[in-house]
Amino acid sequence: MSRTDAPSAPSGPPTLASAWYTIAALWRREILKFVRDRSRLIGALAQPFGFWLLLGLGFQGTFRMPGAEGVGYMEFLFPGIVALILLFTAVFTTINIVEERQSGFLQAALTAPAARATLVLGNTLGGTTLAVVQAALFVALAPLVGLTPDAAGLALILAASLFTALAFTTLGFLIAWHMDSTRGFHAVMNLFLLPLWFLSGAAFPAEGASAVLRWLIRLNPVSYAVDALRQGLYGSALPTAPLATPAADLLVCGGFAAVLLALAVWRARRPLFG
Amino acid sequence: MHDPALIPAVAVAGVTHRYGDRVALRDLSLRVEAGAQVALLGPNGSGKTTLFRILSTLMAPTEGTAHVVGADPTADAAAVRRRLGIVFQQPALDAALTVQENLRVQGGLYGLHGRPLAERLDALLAAFDLADRQRDRVGTLSGGLQRRVDLARGLLHRPALLLLDEPTTGLDPVARRAFWDALAHQRRREGTTVLVATHLLDEAAPCDAVAILDRGRLVAHGAPDALTAALGSETLWLETADAPALRARIEARFGVEARIVGQALQLSHADAPALLPALYDAFGETIESATVRKPTLDDVFLVHAGHQLSAHAQALQPSLEA
Repeated sequence: MSRTDAPSAPSGPPTLASAWYTIAALWRREILKFVRDRSRLIGALAQPFGFWLLLGLGFQGTFRMPGAEGVGYMEFLFPGIVALILLFTAVFTTINIVEERQSGFLQAALTAPAARATLVLGNTLGGTTLAVVQAALFVALAPLVGLTPDAAGLALILAASLFTALAFTTLGFLIAWHMDSTRGFHAVMNLFLLPLWFLSGAAFPAEGASAVLRWLIRLNPVSYAVDALRQGLYGSALPTAPLATPAADLLVCGGFAAVLLALAVWRARRPLFG
Repeated sequence: MHDPALIPAVAVAGVTHRYGDRVALRDLSLRVEAGAQVALLGPNGSGKTTLFRILSTLMAPTEGTAHVVGADPTADAAAVRRRLGIVFQQPALDAALTVQENLRVQGGLYGLHGRPLAERLDALLAAFDLADRQRDRVGTLSGGLQRRVDLARGLLHRPALLLLDEPTTGLDPVARRAFWDALAHQRRREGTTVLVATHLLDEAAPCDAVAILDRGRLVAHGAPDALTAALGSETLWLETADAPALRARIEARFGVEARIVGQALQLSHADAPALLPALYDAFGETIESATVRKPTLDDVFLVHAGHQLSAHAQALQPSLEA
């Protein structure tokens, strides 16, 4: 058979450089999809902001912080709302995966030679970036409640935000992978997210809670994210005792992200169909 | 080393696949030569998508082996993935992204970037008449144009083998035509081997070979002309209330073999038109209708599968005679 032999795609196993291009392309895709969707853009910011105003103003008069009487509820809740933005933005960027299972994109990605780890990273780093940017926009409002973090504090906030966003994008990835409908995804995510948030010391101080709740808070990785955010926002002027040192907080957040990432890569390497 | 042109694009040997208790493919063996365009023809549920999942490294077969351009999709997935392009039933495109952005994402999945990617993009967009739409969001394009973008996506990394899974579903005839024209041009330029899964006879007919699948089994395989010629030059179809009875009477009286296909009787007689008046004289009261025509791929399917391809309700019934 006579035919012009077309030059084929780069041969050999994927290189480090090609891994970088794969991650960059998927990262950019996540950002573009989010930015082009105006309703998601507004919803992701307006929802936590409204939550903060409603809860904050609602409890402002009755809230009393044990050991720190001067802290109002708006102020107490602020680091928790940063965490809430991180959790929800991160997780809901992965809802795309559910739709991509119906369209051909998930299969197109999985039939490409790119290493599975780069597919997972490109996807989750996109969502991570979006969540961290949204959280940063909210952190800029900190002076409204009298909080002015210094450079070291901002660095701690950024590190904690990156790890937390990466962990929850990856959690969303793992759950979206098994979901056939976006409705199911919403249901399962709300089952996870709200309890994790409420039991993180974000909505009420651990000091005033029952012993069982205090234990749950200690076991919840989100508590360490909220603790790091709170320490970053207050610096040395923290009104109550911290849950752990900043380094320990970051270790928990980073470790949580690493475990979930390993799970996601393991999952993506298994055949899509059985 | 072997000449690359001699390595078959697809070589499937004894593949059986089960989803739980359901058997999707039964002992399938199939060879697709390099450079050919082959149709996998069969109704929904005949096993086409299952075979594609196996070839495209998304699933390992329960039994048997498969090779894509010499590589095993289970053992050496990376090698298969580099050589394989796939256009799925649903376009793998983001409606919110432009044509160019979508294709650049695809390039990234294959590690393509910079000048080589830009040149490849320009060439494909020009070849598929998409150059003036490249900055438009995919969601604003017609279904036909979206399909052509998806075809460009599948061909971006110059695959040796392109799998097309019902690629023209939902397109009007004009868009369908444009899709196949674009593919034909592409094949002339790059010699890409194409395996297309379809349930449309007019998409299978122009292919070099047709593999007919029915309930997971390969029931016929060959060039379309050879498959139709095997049924005789003219075929006579008789409809009757009691096909077995009529067949027995025809064989007894005229010594002509008839085949029961679905509800009808098929006679592949060299001189079928001449036989028709005699048949009417003899059994006119039991013959409801008679048709003489050249066999089509539809007839090939009907004869080998025992039911009609186009009639889905019928396709789901067990055939009267296997």
